[in-house]
Amino acid sequence: MARRRSRKRLLGVLSRVYNQPLRDDSLIACPDCDLLQRLPELSPGASARCPRCDRELWRRREDSLNRTLALTFAAAFLYVVANAVPMLGLSVVGHQASTTVLGGVQQLWGNGQQVVAVLVLFAAVVAPALQIGFLLLIVLGVQRDPPPRWVGELLRHHPMTRIWSMIEVMLIGVLVALVKIADYATVIPGVALFALGGLVFLLAAMQASFDPREVWDRVEWAAAARDGTAEVPS
Amino acid sequence: MQLGLQSCETCHLVSRPAPGDEEGRCPRCDEALDFRKPASLQRTTAYVLAAAICYVPANLLPVLTTTTAAGAESDTILQGVVLLWSPTGWPLSLIVLVASIMIPVGKIVALAYLLLTVRRGSIESNAQRVRLYRMVRFIGRWSMVDVFVDTFTAALVQLQPLMSVEPGPGLFFFAAVVVLTMLGVETFDPRLIWDAASAREVRHA
Repeated sequence: MARRRSRKRLLGVLSRVYNQPLRDDSLIACPDCDLLQRLPELSPGASARCPRCDRELWRRREDSLNRTLALTFAAAFLYVVANAVPMLGLSVVGHQASTTVLGGVQQLWGNGQQVVAVLVLFAAVVAPALQIGFLLLIVLGVQRDPPPRWVGELLRHHPMTRIWSMIEVMLIGVLVALVKIADYATVIPGVALFALGGLVFLLAAMQASFDPREVWDRVEWAAAARDGTAEVPS
Repeated sequence: MQLGLQSCETCHLVSRPAPGDEEGRCPRCDEALDFRKPASLQRTTAYVLAAAICYVPANLLPVLTTTTAAGAESDTILQGVVLLWSPTGWPLSLIVLVASIMIPVGKIVALAYLLLTVRRGSIESNAQRVRLYRMVRFIGRWSMVDVFVDTFTAALVQLQPLMSVEPGPGLFFFAAVVVLTMLGVETFDPRLIWDAASAREVRHA
């Protein structure tokens, strides 16, 4: 059963069978409980919730694209600072040491913890970079007319980068480490630590101001790009 | 689903599959569509079991080894919490306790409960169960805190020959628990919680 299913899926991937869109694009099925419902027109700042399970279905943001663009640029800047300069320094009886985010990964790798090192590298460095980079390209690309096809492709993968981007978790982890070490050595918080603190807020604000629905409404449809046969409701 | 419509998990477009072919793609964003996440219960069960197994060595093996002139000393996660506990340091100790012990256990128990009730076809407290799922999805990432604590403690305290800290084998298993439970949350389809009740309504109608 499973094999037949996966083969069928493979065929579907190769042949690209597209579903037919509905005429009514205000219809939405709740992602958490599948209740089919109609999204109301919302004024900026208002949100719609599922009446059955209370999941937020859509929050319309005010001036979403411009605000997101500004916040994303700021986040990109702080991201570079946070990774370029030392995060923590330490001095004890004449010995000095300091580390960056990447230094932590390197040390872990050198201690034989390669798997964990890759995980930390991904969650603390790679995923946040993708999260910021994808969003920057999305909001820049969608302002072109017509938006390039890759805007949809990036937006499709953006939630994944968000799940694994753990800057705020890392910051708390670093603070705990700092207090732990402070018991037996003098710890010097580095510039990167403050950059990370700012980054946590910027990432949250960047996501909060971003309205994916607005972008989806503008992208070129995959089915139309592929063969031009599927009708797109206007 | 009852209307034969598929909803895209990525861009939330609702579309109608071609007759006889329920494995089409979303016409807007190109995502492969399903009525429900494929093999959701089996996959999540596998991840939860694997996480529960990894949880044992994660707590028994040391996550940090401190070497000083006086000798080497290894700490497990729980010992790390106890070490942090002091009149001034207790809030941080509490953070680590919650993030490293309570959240991983809570995630495993919550996912197991959701899996069991869905398999049994329970129709009770659906709204609470989906809220539980959302909570697990939201706070799950915080159990990574201890991995970062150990990473940066070990990275910084390299003062050979005075004192050095190295990550221990428990860290690998603990990181595995975090990743496996996060994957288990992603593969679980919350819509399954509501299916038993919907099926019953159809039978009565």
